[in-house]
Amino acid sequence: MTLLEAVDIRMFYGSVCALDGVTLRIGRGEFVSIIGPNGAGKTTLVNVLTGLLAPTSGTVRFKGEDVGGVGPVRLARLGMARAFQLVNVFPALTVGETIAVAVLARLGRGARLFAALAGERRVWDEVRSVAELFGLGDTLARPARTLPQGDKKLLDVASAFALHPEVILLDEPTSGVSTADKHAIMEVLVQAAARLGIHSIIQVEHDMDIVFGYSDRIVALHQGRVLADGRPAELQANDAVMATVVGRAHA
Amino acid sequence: MIARVAGAAAMLALLLAPVLASPYQLTLLLPAFAYAIALLGLNLLFGTTGLLSFGHALFVALGAYTAAWLTTRAGVLALEAIVLAAAALAAVIALPVGLLCVRYVKISFGMLTLAFGMLFYSFLYKFYLVTGGDEGIRVLRPRLLGQTFAGLDKVGFLTGPFYYYALALLVLAALVMRRIVRSPFGLSLRAIRENPDKAAFVGVSVRRYRFYAFMIAAVFGAVGGALLAVPTGLADPQLAYWTHSGNLVFMLLLGGFHHFLGPVVGAVVFIFLQDAVMSLTAYWRFVFGALLAVVVIFFPGGLLGLLARERPA
Ligand SMILES: Nc1ncnc2c1ncn2[C@@H]1O[C@H](COP(=O)(O)OP(=O)(O)O)[C@@H](O)[C@H]1O
Ligand SMILES: [Mg+2]
Repeated sequence: MTLLEAVDIRMFYGSVCALDGVTLRIGRGEFVSIIGPNGAGKTTLVNVLTGLLAPTSGTVRFKGEDVGGVGPVRLARLGMARAFQLVNVFPALTVGETIAVAVLARLGRGARLFAALAGERRVWDEVRSVAELFGLGDTLARPARTLPQGDKKLLDVASAFALHPEVILLDEPTSGVSTADKHAIMEVLVQAAARLGIHSIIQVEHDMDIVFGYSDRIVALHQGRVLADGRPAELQANDAVMATVVGRAHA
Repeated sequence: MIARVAGAAAMLALLLAPVLASPYQLTLLLPAFAYAIALLGLNLLFGTTGLLSFGHALFVALGAYTAAWLTTRAGVLALEAIVLAAAALAAVIALPVGLLCVRYVKISFGMLTLAFGMLFYSFLYKFYLVTGGDEGIRVLRPRLLGQTFAGLDKVGFLTGPFYYYALALLVLAALVMRRIVRSPFGLSLRAIRENPDKAAFVGVSVRRYRFYAFMIAAVFGAVGGALLAVPTGLADPQLAYWTHSGNLVFMLLLGGFHHFLGPVVGAVVFIFLQDAVMSLTAYWRFVFGALLAVVVIFFPGGLLGLLARERPA
């Protein structure tokens, strides 16, 4: 069953064509990796799918609803969340507060004016359990800006997971992290997704070990077009695609 | 711990001030209390939400004119009613103004609030019949909790019952604001300040929350304004002039906008400093301009930033 679909998406930045007719359907329960060389349009596609950018033409539907231009808040409510390619935290908020913002929003309690934040039992219990899933349980009281780079990225992902979305989009969740740590992060992500009932994961990823190790399906972008879309084994068998999108790294 | 003791000592000093301080010093504390209330609101916008308004004086003026109009033209003398009316009127005016302003951020937000402040200033100036034009409207002595204090002269009234009334209102305003800042809503506002894009992606309705903050700030501004008008006895258009908004921002920077009590400290220090410098030189605006530059460059955390090394939430 299709959860998220993009139909004939075109995206121009001025005269630069970043997406040139991309059509994509993502089903419940899929783990999809989007791959492609730098500048292929991967981040643009994620931004269009998550409503951060309105495409020049084409439609994006989530659970059958046209979500073009509905904005991230509505998407979060519908069950879509994302984490960003570049480190994206609330610098002065603590790890616990960062996750709490998401939990409060999900529970519809973010606008409570006169309730004591400290007294929100259920929220803090959940904050603790999400933080523990991501190995951030010991850092709850630390301001986000003091975390090491890798933990900042995890915190960004953790706050997105705290929304209990049905689908989550991750733009290079392991970029800037050592190869050894990449696998650890992926393990954490996959387990957390299972625990929190997140059905589908869409990630942009460069590391081919990760891509081929975890994905059910791989979408290869090149110059704004879908070059290939299939199971890892299918892509691996396609030498032309492997040469174009993976290049020397896998040659 | 040290902060607790200092806070308790300051509170005790304020409670005993009518016995210890001169009437003159007390009459300086009254506008400081009023400004402190207005600044608690301004700081919810700036310190907590990250929106700097250059038009907050609009709401201070609105509160002052409410007090003037009600006491002089409508015969309403109960200060409780005046304060509530000021708060309600501020909410009514802030509704359209806020809806428009929060569509913008940073300098555009600041400029728009400045523009609305100047619009209101022109309105006060031109609509003589309603506002008394450049002369403004006098503010009559209000009744406090039904009491007229007819036996007291002006100074006796202001430095006695009105002093405690203003202090109580400030304490109440601070308790309410502290509650707001420490609520889930307060946390959402801080998330917006830190990173509005990310806040939206974790489900925070950024514009709506900014609008709520704007409304609350306006209400605090008008309550402060109503209180400010009583000791001065006058509401005039200068209250809405942009330099008055500038003074409010200065007080906030002086006290320290990272700190919850920064607005209170800033208001008190500003008023006493202004009084001292004005008595020394006619060029007090020059001195204050230089002082503002020094604060912004060398002490961006303000006075409380100097005292408290740790930046509080
Ligand atoms: N904000 C922008 N303004 C102009 N061009 C952009 C912008 N963002 C991306 N591009 C261009 O669009 C193309 C796709 O970029 P992007 O989606 O970031 O690719 P990827 O994430 O695959 O590296 C590139 O040619 C890039 O230079
Ligand atoms: Mg990218």
